Amino acid sequence: MNRRQYNWLILIIPLVALAIWVDVSKLITVPNPFNSQTNLIYRNVDTRLGLDLRGGLQVLLEADLPADATISSDDLNVTRQILESRANALGVSEVVMQVAPPRRIVAEFPGLQDPEQVIASLQQTGLLEFVDIGSQPIAEGTIIQTDFGTSTSATTTETPASTPATPTDTPTSTPTTDPSVTPAPTETPAATPTIYHTVLTGAALSAVNVQAASLGGFDIATTFKSDAATTFADYTGDHVNQYMAIVLDKRVISSLIIKSKIPNGQGVIEGKFTQDSANTLAIQLRYGSLPIPIKVVQSRSVGPTLGEESVRRSVIAGIIGLLVVVIFMGLYYRLPGLIADAALITFALICLMLYKLIPVVLTLSGIAGFILSIGMAVDANILIFERLKEELRAGRTLRQAIDLAWKRAWPSIRDSNSSTLITCVILFWFGSAFGASVVKGFALTLALGVGVSLFTAIIVTRTFLHLVLDTIKSAEHPRWFGI
Amino acid sequence: MNIIKFRYIYFGISLLVIVPGIIALILWGLPLGIDFTGGSLLEVQFASGQPPSITDVATLYNELSTTQMDISNPVVQPVGSDSLSIRSKEMNDTLKSQIIAALKDRFGGGQDVIIMNFTQVSAVIGKEVAIRAAGAVALASFAILIYITIAFRKVPNSFRFGTAAIIATIHDILVTLGAEAILGHFLGWQADSLFLTALLTIIGFSVHDDIVVFDRIRENSNLYRRIDFTTVVNHSIVQTLDRSINTQLTVMFTLLALALFGGASIRHFVVILLVGVFSGTYSSIFNASPVLVVWENKEWRNWFRRKSETTII
Repeated sequence: MNRRQYNWLILIIPLVALAIWVDVSKLITVPNPFNSQTNLIYRNVDTRLGLDLRGGLQVLLEADLPADATISSDDLNVTRQILESRANALGVSEVVMQVAPPRRIVAEFPGLQDPEQVIASLQQTGLLEFVDIGSQPIAEGTIIQTDFGTSTSATTTETPASTPATPTDTPTSTPTTDPSVTPAPTETPAATPTIYHTVLTGAALSAVNVQAASLGGFDIATTFKSDAATTFADYTGDHVNQYMAIVLDKRVISSLIIKSKIPNGQGVIEGKFTQDSANTLAIQLRYGSLPIPIKVVQSRSVGPTLGEESVRRSVIAGIIGLLVVVIFMGLYYRLPGLIADAALITFALICLMLYKLIPVVLTLSGIAGFILSIGMAVDANILIFERLKEELRAGRTLRQAIDLAWKRAWPSIRDSNSSTLITCVILFWFGSAFGASVVKGFALTLALGVGVSLFTAIIVTRTFLHLVLDTIKSAEHPRWFGI
Repeated sequence: MNIIKFRYIYFGISLLVIVPGIIALILWGLPLGIDFTGGSLLEVQFASGQPPSITDVATLYNELSTTQMDISNPVVQPVGSDSLSIRSKEMNDTLKSQIIAALKDRFGGGQDVIIMNFTQVSAVIGKEVAIRAAGAVALASFAILIYITIAFRKVPNSFRFGTAAIIATIHDILVTLGAEAILGHFLGWQADSLFLTALLTIIGFSVHDDIVVFDRIRENSNLYRRIDFTTVVNHSIVQTLDRSINTQLTVMFTLLALALFGGASIRHFVVILLVGVFSGTYSSIFNASPVLVVWENKEWRNWFRRKSETTII
């Protein structure tokens, strides 16, 4: 009679199983059945906590230009890129930087203890150098020491974990198969890092252009200022067939081979560039310093102890709240109430799975959004059950009443949840516009909760109810429905 | 049960709650936090368990204040038993370090002073947030008005449903703002971006509740075409009363759990939500639908006549 209802079990059972699997694991792996060396799925599903929960620093940066100045989104993106590599070079892990157009960048440093140093190094202008590195190329991303302005260097001498470098091509004709990261042109012991000579800095460049190369691909044409051109001509003349590195903030972004003396300050960097990689390098040459000056307009730092305390208390509060709701539903609505409780647990499991898979960064307000969505999920069930009671009182049989209750409660569930979703969208937009992650996190978890609750409160509850009624015949007694 | 009959009493109760709030708003204003005004907020914990007195901290700030960086007259509040939250104008990192060092020196009792939380917002961005916030509220209201008008298009005068929902929502916004102004004055609470989140949630909840009742009116208007509108509305409210109260109770349970057992950092947020959710349920039962009846009967024609002639059904 209600066979069609059971079809949903085909979806519900694997979904709940998947949710439990994801919820209890930190890492999910599915080995590839055809090749034991690789994994079909390899994914980190550890719960991600926001800065307010784990401690850390959030900074809102803004272009330090007059309010009416237009800022191109390219410039903003380049700035973000440079800032990100600077932060990575400082050894700060898990930095998240997002552009908030038209003129802002949100930077988050989880678990950071020393905000002053990071803020200071973000705000300084970057230093671009052309460095003499001798006869061996240096791999991109290597941190080196130079003899230029060592005292003002923000980077430490210890090499931080090498980070993915922004440019992808090595513009030398030499194959870069040699993986030696530490170059040793002289037989210096590795203990003392080599200090390289800086030939020129980015200040000497007057123009950088990307041009189509005669043999296909792209080149970068550089023009040096007249006084620097002489220095450059002398240097290149003396070092033909040796290497020169382009270094940004002490990090090698490219190693070049010098093919011949460059007399008039008009150099061409040849390499097998694509248009994108040529542009990236040109931008870095042009804006060794940031393309737009920036200032800090907002900063929040949260100590780790406050975060821990908040998580512990919120989790306890959440469990107590959920328990009270579960008990209330069971007492007031009897059998359907208990089934709604089962659906509510399914709801919590699926939500948690989604947070881990998407992933949603959980903040305090995000947890508040989740707890409110529990309220919404319960409301859908209350609407249905009140309707069920009405239909039963009107003298319908149980099965008829169930069908009618679900059918008639639907429009109000749909319309009320739609209005909540509209509010969520506006909140999300509001939150993204100026980096108020508080508001954004709340809107996201509430919206997800509303979406999941539509599934659990309507379909899961109904399937479970039919299942119980079909297995336990005595459950059909009206007393079980609180009449 | 005749709920609609006493509609002017409910309006009166609403006014009784709203008017003191409005007076508080006019007298003391909405206590805007640094998220909207700009400034800095420093929350420090004293490992010794004995934070200095409020005046001691204020004196310290006044000493360190300079003409370039005016941090005089800070607002100091105790948080828990061992922490203080100090609000002042913007400061730079050097000054912040000076403050921490001085706090540790003078009041640390030989133990550490830990920065729990430090927030700094520039005045320009604060103002922008405030403007955007007002925009978000206006936009949300407008979007909901349009949604309801479309969702109820098959009912005569569907525009009235949207408007009634917005009136009920404005009621809830006023109640919440008033509560914030009063609590802000007596407890030193400040409206921050979490308060704004609470306000927007309350709007969502309020409309959610209104729609459930409206939906029943929509259904009943089709069922009982002969019966007059006032009776249909009353019947619909009574039918949805159990649901309204039960939903309100479950939301209140979760919020109360958060308020009692959750961290201090969201208590303010949760209390405001409690006020707003209660107001939202009240307004959905006692304001939104009665407004529809007042509109249907065009009762304002009777409002200014002599009492003997008014007919309140």
